[in-house]
Amino acid sequence: MSASTVNVVRSPLKPRRMAGRRLANGLITTGAWIAAAIGIFVMGWILFTVVIHGIGAWNWAFFTKLPPQGQYSPGHGIANCIVGTILITFGAAIVGLPLGFFGAIYLSEFGRTGRVASAIRAITNIVLGVPSIIAGMFAYGLIVVPSHHYSGFAGSFALMFIMLPVMTRTAEDILNLVPNELRESALAMGVPRWRATLGVVVKAARSGLITGGILAVLRVAGETAPLLFTALSSPYWMTLRGPSSYFGGPTANLTMFIWNSANAPDPGLVRMAWGAALLIIVAVLGVNILTRLLFQRGKEW
Amino acid sequence: MSTAEVEIGTPPGGAGAKAHVRRHHFSWGDPLFRWFTIACAAAVAVAMFVLIGVLVKNSWLAIHTNGVSPLTHVDWAPPDQFGALSSLFGTFVTTVIAMIIAVPLALAIALLLVELVHPVVSRVVGTTVEMLAAVPSIIFGLWGFLVIAPLMGNHVEPWIQTTWLGHLPIFSGTPFGDDILTAGLVLSLMILPFITAVSRDVLKMVPTVTKEAGYGMGSTTWEVTRKISMRYALSGIAGAVFLGLGRALGETMAVALIIGGLTTGIPHSLFSQGTTVSATIALNFGEAQSKLETSALIELALILFAITMVFQALAQVWLARARRMSGSRA
Repeated sequence: MSASTVNVVRSPLKPRRMAGRRLANGLITTGAWIAAAIGIFVMGWILFTVVIHGIGAWNWAFFTKLPPQGQYSPGHGIANCIVGTILITFGAAIVGLPLGFFGAIYLSEFGRTGRVASAIRAITNIVLGVPSIIAGMFAYGLIVVPSHHYSGFAGSFALMFIMLPVMTRTAEDILNLVPNELRESALAMGVPRWRATLGVVVKAARSGLITGGILAVLRVAGETAPLLFTALSSPYWMTLRGPSSYFGGPTANLTMFIWNSANAPDPGLVRMAWGAALLIIVAVLGVNILTRLLFQRGKEW
Repeated sequence: MSTAEVEIGTPPGGAGAKAHVRRHHFSWGDPLFRWFTIACAAAVAVAMFVLIGVLVKNSWLAIHTNGVSPLTHVDWAPPDQFGALSSLFGTFVTTVIAMIIAVPLALAIALLLVELVHPVVSRVVGTTVEMLAAVPSIIFGLWGFLVIAPLMGNHVEPWIQTTWLGHLPIFSGTPFGDDILTAGLVLSLMILPFITAVSRDVLKMVPTVTKEAGYGMGSTTWEVTRKISMRYALSGIAGAVFLGLGRALGETMAVALIIGGLTTGIPHSLFSQGTTVSATIALNFGEAQSKLETSALIELALILFAITMVFQALAQVWLARARRMSGSRA
């Protein structure tokens, strides 16, 4: 009681000294700038390091030849890893993107309220936070154990499981941005709900959905932990059938190549790991920035 | 259209009712579409329950054989010792280090982005920090292992030991660089963009009118932030912190490369090698010698899953509370 009385007597007529308040404000502002500078500096440092170390590994053989088996020797490359990463990521996207897209349509068009939709939304949010190594364990138990062999397909499944909630939540947010008037006018024309949704709502949100889809694919393209127990790695070219195929056995990929080569005693192999890292960085960040620039307008309604 | 009108014109009774049905003729398109989308949306939820089933099934051998002993034993030393405490301890310590560094940094950056700079600058700075989230874990690992760890081991950690901090037991021992402290440091940079992005969104949800009222009273930016925005956004910031915590707990590749993978004993110093739950799994799965060891590693994954789920759920609860407060929809 007495404390508040003191407060009332003091505060309205005698404000605290301005200098102290300005100082606190200035300190915090400076601190915030320093924090941002640290973030930007780290980003730049990583980019710089990867470029400096990785560019030396890039040559024609690097993109066209197979990795060395056993001892390192020059004239080798990671061509099979590039193909494998593209294939494994594509395999994840071809299932994960449509599934997430239609799931998002349910949440935004039919399930804005209601218990089922809320439950699905909550679980999707939680799956969003499942560590990627757990997704790898999931694919291991579900596909590798019953089929008795590792495969790129199992890797795709793990990546799909990570991509699915990302796509669902992103697409839902984007579809929610479409104004309701558009839905109402489409329905007023007498078209069925499904046509109004796919032909009008989705079309209106098109560029945002494309951005979301690409970012969801990029989110998993550089993953390693889900491939540890599924795709593994391979020094061979992929075949259509047999133990070197996508369904039949370990499948080469860029991230597992880095994981296996980072500790290598031979500096040549470590340089190849940096080269692979540079390739991933260029691809992931490049497409990321390009997508944001190209489809930026889709964000503003 | 014309047939419908003709039929409406026919005398009332059975034919009229039929016409009514035909005019609003029933289409299978909509219910089919609806159920199809429900099935797609439910796929995530189904997958989550299948995931739990698969993890339990594949770790059953270890659960059956070892019982609760992993949770009471320290050392992971196959073929017969499957203690999880060394891993859990490492996960705990690296996460704490990461949070201590990342949370203040992330909040400061979020404050800068929302309150202090021009929207264009905010966008450029924000996007750059967000790009950190797009850098794959394995590249953080490669960078941490080949650049940061030598730097820490040769310069930073010996320097810490020359200051008064060096007398503390947690900074004792020979610094090698690839240790718990470096792992926590790199981890903090990895979760920084996530906490920043969510706190920025949360701070943006604070109504402008409320803030303007504060400025109208003559408050400085910091006073408005501390006394109005922070109070308003507190539950959302708690959600952001838990989200980052969940990420840090499960992060694998970078930590596995940096922390050294020492799975026995509880380290007394931050300059000592160690392991985390995910690092133990990643480093030992390929070389597992027995079915029991594989099963025990999957049991570790199950424990990790349970822990991260708790923090994810907490994050969602706090974020939902923040959204309810600001009145915006999910």
